[in-house]
Amino acid sequence: MLQFLHEWITTVDHKKIGIMYILYALVFLLIAGLEAILMRIQLAVPNNTFVSPQVFNRLFTMHGTTMVFFVGMPILFGFGNYLVPLMIGARDMAFPRLNAFSFWISAFGGLLLYFSYFGGSGLYGAGSAPDVGWWAYAPLTARVFSPGHSTDYWTLSIFLSGIGSIGTALNLVATTLCMRCPGMKLSRMPLLVWLYLVTGVLVFLAVSPLTAAQIMLCIDRYLGGHFFDTQAGGSAVLWMHFFWIFGHPEVYVLVLPAFAFANEIVPVFSRKAIFGYPAMVSATVGIGFISLTVWAHHMFTVGLGAGANAFFTFSTMLIAIFTGIKIFNWVATLWGGNIHFTTAMKFTIAFLFQFPAAGLTGIMLSVSPFDWQLSHSYFVVAHFHYVLVGAILFMIFAAFYFWYPKMTGRMLNDTLGSWHFWLFVIGFHLTFDFMHIPGMLGMPRRIYTYEADRGWAIWNMIVSSGAVFQAVAVLLFAWNLVRSYFKGDPAGPDPWDAWTLEWSTSSPPPSYNFAVIPTVESRRPLWDLKHPEDPDSQYE
Amino acid sequence: MSLGIIRPLADHLFPFAQGSRCIAPCGNMPSRLHLALSLAFGQSSTSIFAPEATPAHYIFGLSMFVLAICASIFIVVAGLLLYALIRFRHRRGFTVREPAQIYGSAQVELSWTVIPILIVVVLFLATARVIFVTQAAPRPEKSLDVVVIGHQFWWEYRYPKLGIITANELHIPVSNPNDPMPTYLTMSSADTDHSFWVPRLAGKMDVIPNKVNTMWIDPEKVGLYVGQCAQYCGVEHAKMLIRVYADSPSDFEKWAGEQARPALQDPSAAEGKAVFERNACANCHTVSGTPARGMFGPDLSHMASRATIASGSVPLTEANLRAWIDNPEQFKPGVLMPAMHLSPHDLDAVSRYLMTLR
Amino acid sequence: MTTAVPVPHQPVEEWHQPSRGIVGMACLITAESAIFVIFVTAYLYYLGKSLTGPAPHDVLDAPIFATVCLLSSSITVHFSVHELRAVRIARSAWWLAATVLLGSIFIGFTAFEWYDLINHHGLTISTNLFGTTFYSLVGLHASHVLVGLILLSLALIFSIAGKVTEHHAERLEVLSLYWHFVDAVWVVVFTVVYIIGR
Repeated sequence: MLQFLHEWITTVDHKKIGIMYILYALVFLLIAGLEAILMRIQLAVPNNTFVSPQVFNRLFTMHGTTMVFFVGMPILFGFGNYLVPLMIGARDMAFPRLNAFSFWISAFGGLLLYFSYFGGSGLYGAGSAPDVGWWAYAPLTARVFSPGHSTDYWTLSIFLSGIGSIGTALNLVATTLCMRCPGMKLSRMPLLVWLYLVTGVLVFLAVSPLTAAQIMLCIDRYLGGHFFDTQAGGSAVLWMHFFWIFGHPEVYVLVLPAFAFANEIVPVFSRKAIFGYPAMVSATVGIGFISLTVWAHHMFTVGLGAGANAFFTFSTMLIAIFTGIKIFNWVATLWGGNIHFTTAMKFTIAFLFQFPAAGLTGIMLSVSPFDWQLSHSYFVVAHFHYVLVGAILFMIFAAFYFWYPKMTGRMLNDTLGSWHFWLFVIGFHLTFDFMHIPGMLGMPRRIYTYEADRGWAIWNMIVSSGAVFQAVAVLLFAWNLVRSYFKGDPAGPDPWDAWTLEWSTSSPPPSYNFAVIPTVESRRPLWDLKHPEDPDSQYE
Repeated sequence: MSLGIIRPLADHLFPFAQGSRCIAPCGNMPSRLHLALSLAFGQSSTSIFAPEATPAHYIFGLSMFVLAICASIFIVVAGLLLYALIRFRHRRGFTVREPAQIYGSAQVELSWTVIPILIVVVLFLATARVIFVTQAAPRPEKSLDVVVIGHQFWWEYRYPKLGIITANELHIPVSNPNDPMPTYLTMSSADTDHSFWVPRLAGKMDVIPNKVNTMWIDPEKVGLYVGQCAQYCGVEHAKMLIRVYADSPSDFEKWAGEQARPALQDPSAAEGKAVFERNACANCHTVSGTPARGMFGPDLSHMASRATIASGSVPLTEANLRAWIDNPEQFKPGVLMPAMHLSPHDLDAVSRYLMTLR
Repeated sequence: MTTAVPVPHQPVEEWHQPSRGIVGMACLITAESAIFVIFVTAYLYYLGKSLTGPAPHDVLDAPIFATVCLLSSSITVHFSVHELRAVRIARSAWWLAATVLLGSIFIGFTAFEWYDLINHHGLTISTNLFGTTFYSLVGLHASHVLVGLILLSLALIFSIAGKVTEHHAERLEVLSLYWHFVDAVWVVVFTVVYIIGR
C-alpha cells in the first residue's frame, strides 16, 4: 500500500499525472455540485431562509471558483496530459518533473481554498470562505470592505493554481512542438493535439494577467498600495479590465479541449474522417487570437462609451464565425456517415445541439444594448452554464466513456451510461433552459433571495428541480467509474476501431508508451494500416 | 470614433430604432409579440419585454430582431443535425464496411463562412445604431436632473436644482412624447460597485466609485416601476431594491415641494425627536432643520412619505419601523445599520416621531 | 482492432524539431511578458492621476550607468555561450563572471535609488498611485534580475568547479535567453518610467 502511494506521489509519468488531475477534479466536481444544490434549495422559493446571506454569498463564490479552477482546468489538463504524448508518438511530456510539480502545486491551491471553510467562525457560517464572487471585483476586495482573510484565500489559492496551469501549458506546447514522432508534421497531428497547443498558448497570455492583477491586489491589501483604491484615485474599472483580459480567454481555455474531444469522437462514431481539417485548424487559431480581443463584452454596462461598446460587440460577433465553421464541419462529418450511438457519442450529440444554442445566446449577449438588460441577470448565468455544462461537461463525460477503456483496460457499463445520459439531459434542460426566463424577467444574479411579487418564483422552482436529476446522474456516473474498474468488460487496445496512435498501444499503455517510436505518413496512421488499399496518405 | 459611414448605413437599413416606439422590420409583429410574451411570462413587473420608456423600447425592438435571427439559425442547424443523425444512423445489416471518406469541400466551406459573415455585418449595424441613439445621445435641453449615489445597501437620490435629498424611492415626472421631459441620471458610488436596473425603463448602468456614469429614462405612463441593484456589492446586495414613481407633472410638483421644505416638526412627537437626537441616530442620518446631520445612512427628513424602508424591501408601518430600529438584522442580515438597543419606551417614541416626518 | 505498430514504408527525410529547452524558455518568456504588460499598463494608466505626493519629475533620475551595465551584460552572456560552444571553458567562465558583476551593479544601483526615494523624498509604495505603480513595476523587474543572477551565479560556480563542458552549451543558451528577456524588459520599463513618465 505504501509502495503504491509512493509510486503515485513521486511519479513523473504523464499518464499517472493525467489520472491524478482527473480524479482530483472529480472530487471537486462533487463538492462544487453540492454547493450548487445548496444554492438551488435556497432559491427554490422566495424569501427562503435555508441559508443566511453570508453563507449563500460564500457558496456562489466557492462554487464558481472551484468549478473554473479546480474542476474545469484540472480535468482538461488531465486529459491533455494523458493523451497528447500518446497521440504524437512520444514517450512522455517534454518536462516530466515540471509536469509533476504543476500538478502538486495546483492541488495544493485547491486544498488551500477549501481550508478557508474552517477559518473564521467555523463551518456552519462557512468560515472564512471567500464571498466576493469568483471575479473578486474591486473595491469590494479592499481591506475596508473585506476584512479578514477570505479574499486572501481566493487570491493565493488561484495564484498557486495559476503557476501550475502555466507549467502544464508550457509542457503541452514544448511537447507538441519538439517531440512528435518521425513523419508527424504539424499538418498531420490529430486535431486534439492542435487544440491543446492553442489552449497552451492562450494560457500563457490569459492566466498571466490574472496573476499580475492578483499580485496588485495583494500589494493593495498588505503593502498599502492603491492599484484599485478608489479613495486614492485608483480605478475599479482597471481591475475589471485585467480580470476579464484573463476571464474571457479562460473560457476558451476551457472550451477548446471540449472541441478537441469532439474532433476525435465524432469521426470515429461516424466512421468518417473529420471534414475540413485545415479549416478546423485555422478556425481554432482564429478563435485563439480573437478571444484575446473581446474581453470588455463583460463590461458593457460599466460606461466605457459607445465606441468601446461597438468595438467589443463586433469582435465578439466575429468569434461566432469561426465557431460556426467548427459546428458545420462536425455536421458535415456526420453527413454520409454510419453513425453509432455509443454512450460517448450520445453525449457528443447532445453537445452538438447544446453548443450552438449556447453560442446563440452568446450572440444575443454580444449585442450590447440587449446586454444592458441581460447582463448580470440569470440570462447570463443560464448562458454560461449552457456552455460550461451543456458543452464542456457533456464533452468531458463523452471523453470519459471514450478513453476510460484506454486508461484502465476496462469498458464502462453502457446501461449505467444510458441512465447517466438521459437523467443528466433531463436535469440539464430543466435547469438551464428555464433559467433563461427569470433573467428576461429582470432577476439579477448573486442574490440570496428575491421578492415574491416579481413572477420569478415558479421558474426558480423548476430550475431547482432539475438539480436533483443532475445530482443522481452524476452519482450514477461516479458509481460506474468505480464499479467498471473492477468488474468492467476487458477493453483490448482498440475497442472503438479508431485511427490515432493511442489506440495502437495496449490498454492501459505500458509506462514507456511505445516499444518502438512509430513513424507516420498521414493524419490517421491506424486507418492506413487497416485500409492498405485506400490509405489516407494518398490524399494528402 | 469615425463611424461616419456606419450610422447613415445603419439608419438606412434599420429604421426601427428611430423615434420613441419599437418599429421592427415587419409591421405589427412587435405588438403581437408583446402580447404573446406577456401572456407567456405573466405580468412580471420587471420583464424586459414590457418596455415603458424609450431606452427600453429601443432595446426591445433590437432584441426582437436579434431573437428572430438567432432562432432561425438554431432551427436550421438543429434541423440539419437531426436529419443527419436519422438518415445516416447505423442500421443492422449495413454491409458497406466504411462509408466514403470525404475530407472537405472548398465551395461548401466557403459558403458557410461567407453567410455567417453577412449575418454578423447585419447584426452589427443594427446594434451600432441602437448603441449610438441611447448611450451617445446628446444631453436633452429640457430634463430633470437627478444625482444617484449607490451605497451599501441603499440608494441616495439628490435633485440639485430642486434642493431635494431623498433615499430609496425615486420620484420623476412622466415624459410627454410631444414635449419630452426625460430624467437624466448622473450616477456614482460611495463605496463598492453597484448597478442601477429598472428593466421596464432602460438597460442597466453600473454605479462605480470614482467614476461618473449617466443614463436617461422617460416613462410615459404614471405608475411604479421596480428594479434592484444588479452588481454584487456585498452581503445585502439582494435587498437593494429600486422603486421609481413616475408621477403626473402636477403630482410631481406637489411631491417636490413637500420634499424641499425642512422636516415637519410635530410637537406631539417631541419626545421621540429627543430620543433620536440623543442617541447615535444623528451620526448616520440627516433630518433637515434639526441637529441631525449624519451622511452615512439615508436622509430621513421625509421618510414617512415613502412606502417602504430598508431600501424597498420592508413596507413602512409603525410596527415594521419599530422592529427595524430594534434589530435591522432580522430583515436584512448583514445590513450596516446596527441594532440600536433602545428601551421599549424609547422605541415607541422614536418610531412615532419618525412616522411624523412626511 | 490492431496491436501492430505502424512501420515506415519508406525512410522519412531528416526529422528535425526545435529544442525543448528553447521552446520551453520561449513559453516562459511569453507568460512573463504578459505579466509585465499588465504592470506597464497600470503604470501608464495612472500617470498623472495621483491625488497627492511626489510626482515622477520631482524625484526620478534616469539611471543611465546602471542601464548601460545591464544591457552590456547581455553582450557578455552572449559571448559566454559562444565560448562554451567553442570549448573554451575558462573564457566562458570569465564572460559569465562579467555578466554576474554587471547585473549585480544594476541591482546595487536600484537598491541605492530606492533608499534615496524612501528616505529623502518620502516616496513609498503606499504614498500615492505613482509610488504604488513605480515600486511594483521596477520591483517586479528587479526580482526577475535577482532570479537571473542567482541562476547565473550557480552556472558560474559549476563552471569554476570544472563541472561545465561544451555539452552544456545549450542549457547555458536557454539561461542566456532568460537574461536577454530581462534586459529587453528593462528597455521597456526604462522608457516608460524614466522617459515617457517624466
